[in-house]
Amino acid sequence: MSAPTVIAQGALEQFGNGLKFLVSSNTDEYGGGQVGGPGEVWDLLSKHLELSGFAVLIAVVIAVPLGLWLGHLGKGQFAASTVANVGRAVPALGVAAFLFAYLGPSKSNVIITLALLAIPPLFTNTYVGIRQVDRDVVDAARGMGFGGFRILLRLELPMALPLIFGGLRTAAVSVVATATIAPLVGVQSLGTPLIARGVYGSAGQIGAAIAVALLAIFCELLFAGLQRAVTPKGLKLGGEQRHKRRALTLTPTRKVQTP
Amino acid sequence: MSLPAVLAQSSIKPRDRSVTGCPQNNDLCPGWIADNVDRYVDPFVRHVELTALALAFGFPIAFALAVLAYRRRWLVGPITATTGILYTLPSLAVFFLLQPVTGRGITTATIALTSYTLLILFRNIMLGLDNVPAEIKDAARGQGLSANQQLFRVELPLAAPEIFAGLRIAATTTVGLATLAFLAGAGGLGEPLFDGGDGIVFRGNVVFCGLLCVLLAALFDLVFLLVQRLASPWQRVGTA
Repeated sequence: MSAPTVIAQGALEQFGNGLKFLVSSNTDEYGGGQVGGPGEVWDLLSKHLELSGFAVLIAVVIAVPLGLWLGHLGKGQFAASTVANVGRAVPALGVAAFLFAYLGPSKSNVIITLALLAIPPLFTNTYVGIRQVDRDVVDAARGMGFGGFRILLRLELPMALPLIFGGLRTAAVSVVATATIAPLVGVQSLGTPLIARGVYGSAGQIGAAIAVALLAIFCELLFAGLQRAVTPKGLKLGGEQRHKRRALTLTPTRKVQTP
Repeated sequence: MSLPAVLAQSSIKPRDRSVTGCPQNNDLCPGWIADNVDRYVDPFVRHVELTALALAFGFPIAFALAVLAYRRRWLVGPITATTGILYTLPSLAVFFLLQPVTGRGITTATIALTSYTLLILFRNIMLGLDNVPAEIKDAARGQGLSANQQLFRVELPLAAPEIFAGLRIAATTTVGLATLAFLAGAGGLGEPLFDGGDGIVFRGNVVFCGLLCVLLAALFDLVFLLVQRLASPWQRVGTA
């Protein structure tokens, strides 16, 4: 047999073992207890979702009102871009390890870390969502006698919803993905079999990796669907993009930035 | 060994009894870190290497895909979907899913990190190319430029701001993700952060490695910003 065939066979076998880990329990690496199987996977999954859920919830409560308020006032452009940039530069693992080093292992540390990860996309998207609402439309609403709060609630918020939910989608997917590192700082999640190879073996590692990957994709699809569902009818008449493109070709005298 | 025992092992406190002095007290120990700075050199260099490799492989791939999609519009959807899935897959999961095929080490980590940069780079290159005003493209065609000449002499220079923005985002993201590369057996700053192989883990260690990561992200950002400025002198007028 040629080398690639051997590698492929070995890989297939390992993936098979990984899938087996998810559906039936096996003796652990020490021959002591049983690991794997639907019971344990379900248990880890619920812990994983608990961490992720709380984190996203906290991030939404903090980031969305702030983004709505600053976006409505048109202030804090600098803050918005700073939050986005700093949020990307600080590694989640670093934050988790830092909180762990000073506060010890606890769920709340992981939840804070994940919430910090979720805040930048939520805040930036909410802010941009509100800011990109056509100023003429806002002026028209004001001319019709809308107050500031009503403009925000009836006009800016619905038009910003697709972007806000886009931010939620980014935030949720990265939180679910990152909750995998929780066991590194002493909290259980679906990442546990990945980190604790000594107990779960390589079948557990592959199995958990498959589960985490599926969970992330499921999360992405779920929130993409949600995003589509909350888009106001007026914004998704389908032809928006096409319409724009046609409009451009009809107006050839656009302002061109001279180099 | 029970699971809680395994998890308890992973704690930020000195394990190696042979370490004497400051780290035993689990403090910040700037003095000790300054004396033992060699410990951090290799992981730091490896971290730079991982990030640079991911970008060095990711950029040409994303660039080729973007040019392809730019000329064959129907490819935009499928390419965005594919790179989107790669982006969605948690890097940690990919590290382990690749292991049966590529083993442990820098190859596995580089493949995972590269796949993660594709969506960011592809999106930004497309955005840049799409933002080139139609009049300028018409003018270029009118001057008799071929499709390739038009791409390299007109469209790409005008798309430079978006392309460099993409590189900057991809670089900072990759620096963050590369902290996990040690789980794929590829080293990087995540290693001294958690174990270091020599069991010397203490609070100052975490702070120092974290700072190095942020510094590295800032450094990559700055380098790309500088390259952008040097490469597109016409932008210097009027842009902040």
